[in-house]
Amino acid sequence: MVKLRFDKNICYSCESVDCLVKCQYLQLNIETARIEKLKILKGEDTFILTECITCYACEEYCLKRNHPFFQIVELQEDKGLYTAPRPITHQQIKMTSPKGRFEVKQPLTKPAISLCVFPDMMKKIDGPLFQRGTSFLGGDFFCNLVFLHFAKMSIVKERLPKVIETISNHLKKNCLDELICFHDECYAGFTCWATAYEIPVPFKPIHLFHFLSQRLEALKSSVKTLNQKVAYQRPCSSRLIPETQYLTDKVFSLIGVERVQRKYDRDSSLCCGSILRMMGRDDLADDIQERNVSDMVNAGAKYCVFNCPMCYYTLSEKVSKEGILPVMMVDLCHYALTEGKT
Amino acid sequence: MENILNLLAKIVGEDFVSNHPEELFIYSRDGGTMEPHAPEYVVMPRTTEEVQKIILLANKYKIPVVPLGAGLVLSGLTIPLKGGIVMDLKRMSDILEVNENSRYALVQPGVSEGMLKAYLAKNYPHLRHSLPDAPPAATVVGNALIHGSGHMSQIYGFHSEMVNGLEVVLPTGEICQIGSCSASPYWFSRAPLPDLAGLFIGWNGTTGVVTKLALKLYPKPKYEDVMIFLTENENYIPYILFKVTGTEMAQDVIVMAQPKPDWIGGFQLTSITFTGNSDEEIRFKRKTLRQSLDEYIKNKEGGFMHLLPDMKASFLEVPQRSFTLFADVKKGGGFEYVGAMMPIEVLPHAYRGGIYIAEQNGTSYTLMMRVIGSAHCVMCAYAFGFNRADKEDVMRAQKALHEANQLALKLGGIPWKAELPAQQLIIKKMDPNTFELITSIKKLLDPNGIMNPGNWETQ
Repeated sequence: MVKLRFDKNICYSCESVDCLVKCQYLQLNIETARIEKLKILKGEDTFILTECITCYACEEYCLKRNHPFFQIVELQEDKGLYTAPRPITHQQIKMTSPKGRFEVKQPLTKPAISLCVFPDMMKKIDGPLFQRGTSFLGGDFFCNLVFLHFAKMSIVKERLPKVIETISNHLKKNCLDELICFHDECYAGFTCWATAYEIPVPFKPIHLFHFLSQRLEALKSSVKTLNQKVAYQRPCSSRLIPETQYLTDKVFSLIGVERVQRKYDRDSSLCCGSILRMMGRDDLADDIQERNVSDMVNAGAKYCVFNCPMCYYTLSEKVSKEGILPVMMVDLCHYALTEGKT
Repeated sequence: MENILNLLAKIVGEDFVSNHPEELFIYSRDGGTMEPHAPEYVVMPRTTEEVQKIILLANKYKIPVVPLGAGLVLSGLTIPLKGGIVMDLKRMSDILEVNENSRYALVQPGVSEGMLKAYLAKNYPHLRHSLPDAPPAATVVGNALIHGSGHMSQIYGFHSEMVNGLEVVLPTGEICQIGSCSASPYWFSRAPLPDLAGLFIGWNGTTGVVTKLALKLYPKPKYEDVMIFLTENENYIPYILFKVTGTEMAQDVIVMAQPKPDWIGGFQLTSITFTGNSDEEIRFKRKTLRQSLDEYIKNKEGGFMHLLPDMKASFLEVPQRSFTLFADVKKGGGFEYVGAMMPIEVLPHAYRGGIYIAEQNGTSYTLMMRVIGSAHCVMCAYAFGFNRADKEDVMRAQKALHEANQLALKLGGIPWKAELPAQQLIIKKMDPNTFELITSIKKLLDPNGIMNPGNWETQ
């Protein structure tokens, strides 16, 4: 069984305990944070295990990259402290299970793109941005990182190495070595998680925004700047890969939109709330969504830009009701390449 | 009997009567598993007077008459068991009146659910009627007369309880008004008169032909939403329904279970639909409904599914198209269900028993439990799919249906729109004095026994 690579001594010697102190939801002072962190390291019970909303942000707050969130998830599962009602967790496990029967158009054509488990996104993979690439979609290609939200690291450990192997075999057969990851979560799975659990990844994962920025640069003469103010809904999984954050700004810059300054962006981004609803923590979800959307309105955003389909499904209606248009980043890039009209 | 054809043609016109084998073939069967039996004639009247003349003719020659709406009942109630005339009422398809103030629609028996829905959407968008999860071609009158239920039954009860009044051609040919319309130009209520509607509802067409029916309409709220509560323990079903309906905020509550797809198999999905005229109202209702099930969420025994937009749209669809997909799971389009009315406390047994029967008989299944009237009862449907072209598969489904009927009765439920074998099971269990009363009433109304004979009789 694969094992988390982390160094307890780094945590023992950590002065700031940023992983807990910076958490927007727990709101701990440094003394409490130290006490509770020690409990986590010793494998003891702590309210952190039941109160954590699983936003992944502590992975980013820990500058030593010692995987504080993965530690929490491991301990939650060891203690059977599951975050969501059992039927919801079991349904997610069934819904995303690999079926062992999949079809990928052969031979594969570049770029090879992982669409995670979101068939709706298939229609977005077209036009001059993507040409005629090959897409991987469904349980057999799904990174399964969503189970971090459900205190089910065992599912990720069981499935993700096989997914990596399946994708790798497909790419190898076609002499390809790169995979564009549409969803931040897949990219994080193949990079951050695989590194933490020492799983070799025989192909090169490419973040969607890296790919988009390259394509937009290549198609520069056809790009029309959009001149719009946008709010960005940062997905939880991007907390696992903070090194990709500059790419968001790069894409925005290439299509000429302004990412509005607001309270709940970048390090202080708020969860979209979908996971909280599955956990049954609706009051908290209501509160977070209300604060988040009001913040977008107050900042003067005309669009709310998403990269995570779940965030998009969860917040679209809410932002629309406030007069803000929800849009996927990839669609915004398509607009910029057509008429520049939105 | 050749002259009967001519006599019928004189009443309705040559184009609307037939004894052609290919047409008799169609009218000899329905979509379920009951054995076909052909009529001698099919006739399609256009007016109440034509219906009356046909009934008088049938009395004169003592020919059985089976009234038929869309023929979608699935349990063989419109199969002419003793031959005779099938009276297809589809030509009587006028929506005669919509009373906006008193909120009712007066319709003829050929008006389909789809027609009324479309008519209201176009002309009275602020009004609606309770739609069953039946094909849009199902008739409003037929559905009400079999004690149908639909997406507003949780609040307002059976569709038969939404009937304000009737016009009936009695088996002896008299045209009779039932309800307020008998003494008023308005079709607003069955009260305060002796409630004679009960003589024609639930009788499977054995007591007359309904030629007009006034159905209650309801305000149409601006917004609707749905939540799906997920559990893995059928023992929770009664209390969940009790709690949800206790909020008095749900419009429709349905528990569903089926083995496929994988993410549904083994779970109970309680679909809770609610409506409102403002965002604020919707939010308040959503919160109240959620809180009603808090204890299950806190102990992690149940939770609300996160519905993606497509899923939500599908769950909000009325009628539910997903049931039609089930009908063709085995290919060959065979589909029939035992819909039994049950008290909510027996639902865990009904759930387990239904799955056991399906598994023992090797049939695909869907269980659907629709709450009627604040959980005063539930329509529990055991639906079994089969391949029509496969005789053995049909027989397997027939056996499963029969066992499901037996189970329903054993648990204290009563099979709904019961096919002939199920009617026999009910009659056997029924208080003999009740059945004697039924028999006497039928005899009184239909001395020649011409109306849909075979139904509600001992075999």
